[in-house]
Amino acid sequence: MSTTPTRAYEPEQNRGTAVIGKSVVVKGQIYAREDLLIDGEVEGGSIEAQEHRLTVGPNGKVNGNMKAREIVIIGTVHGNIEASDKIDIRKDARLMGDIKTARIVIEDGAYFKGSIDIQKPETKPAQARVPAPTAEPATPPAAAPGKL
Amino acid sequence: MFKERFKALIRGGSGNPPPVPARRVSTAASSPAGTPRRIANRQAESCPRTSRGLEQFFLVIRDTPGLSILDFSAASQANITFITNLGHRIYAEDFLDCLDSTFPEDDFFESQSHPVKAQQVLDQCLDFPPEHFDGALVWDLLQYVAPPLLTEVADRLYQVLRPNAYVLAYFSSEERAPLVQNHVYRIADAKTLLLTPRCQRPPSQRFTTRSLEKIFARYQQVKFFLTRDNIREVLVRR
Repeated sequence: MSTTPTRAYEPEQNRGTAVIGKSVVVKGQIYAREDLLIDGEVEGGSIEAQEHRLTVGPNGKVNGNMKAREIVIIGTVHGNIEASDKIDIRKDARLMGDIKTARIVIEDGAYFKGSIDIQKPETKPAQARVPAPTAEPATPPAAAPGKL
Repeated sequence: MFKERFKALIRGGSGNPPPVPARRVSTAASSPAGTPRRIANRQAESCPRTSRGLEQFFLVIRDTPGLSILDFSAASQANITFITNLGHRIYAEDFLDCLDSTFPEDDFFESQSHPVKAQQVLDQCLDFPPEHFDGALVWDLLQYVAPPLLTEVADRLYQVLRPNAYVLAYFSSEERAPLVQNHVYRIADAKTLLLTPRCQRPPSQRFTTRSLEKIFARYQQVKFFLTRDNIREVLVRR
């Protein structure tokens, strides 16, 4: 049994988050230009929120692929998911599909069936630094033999 | 085997009665009242365990990135992190959950002879293209599969593994115990596991070296690792 404390679900307070409520059923594709919380049902298409966060809430059911910067799953997803940054699968989540992401967090108790492919973003090679010219220390003149 | 039986059941009225699946009696040490009940371990603590089988398994796959590894346990952060940090893809399949949701507890082993349900397990847990995986971590889960289905699972694993891929499996070596400890296996490092007791449950049979060699007869090589505890580690090469 994991001793890691599990996080309780807290609804987004951010004003910039669109919400699909739990009584809403959407059939078709969704493109979001802001964070999106899905607490209803979405089926028959893919959900894309490039550069934003997609959250499938505790009542959310998604039947389709998902693509975003960050994806949080608390409900149920049947489909492949791809996140350029991170995927977070909470303990009550059910995910059936393949995952592609740079990072993944999965809590104990989450049900997952599928493959996980970690694709870290390519980091730019560090530019070779040209060493700054340094003044060479002046060589002290040869000491004259001292008279005793 | 199960597809033929299913087809025979469907054909039915061709004059010959459809073959009745042989009822298997569990060879586990069951009491006269029936198969022993499972006992859940509550608030069990994890303990580390060095595994030579695990070490050998990762020795083979360590140096080649981009492989696909099948993990029969419930998805865990530890296993996912370890295997993906090696540059591999991991495929998680909660095999025990699949067995428990398909076969009722009071008829667990006998119902595994049912061709439709057995095929359901194979299709749900091992429905992959041929030669898809470079390794499989089946942990201790094969000991809860009864012989007719066990052979099918071993065969299906053979099909989905690439040539020279390895399967790591654990079996209890306790000869007379009616119940064996089922663990959650988390990879701590290349040779260490963190074992968390989950429940005690009856195995389908007593697994000897001979019986394991027979199960994996189709494979190239079956290697056993002796351990001090009651776990028999088996590394099988496809």
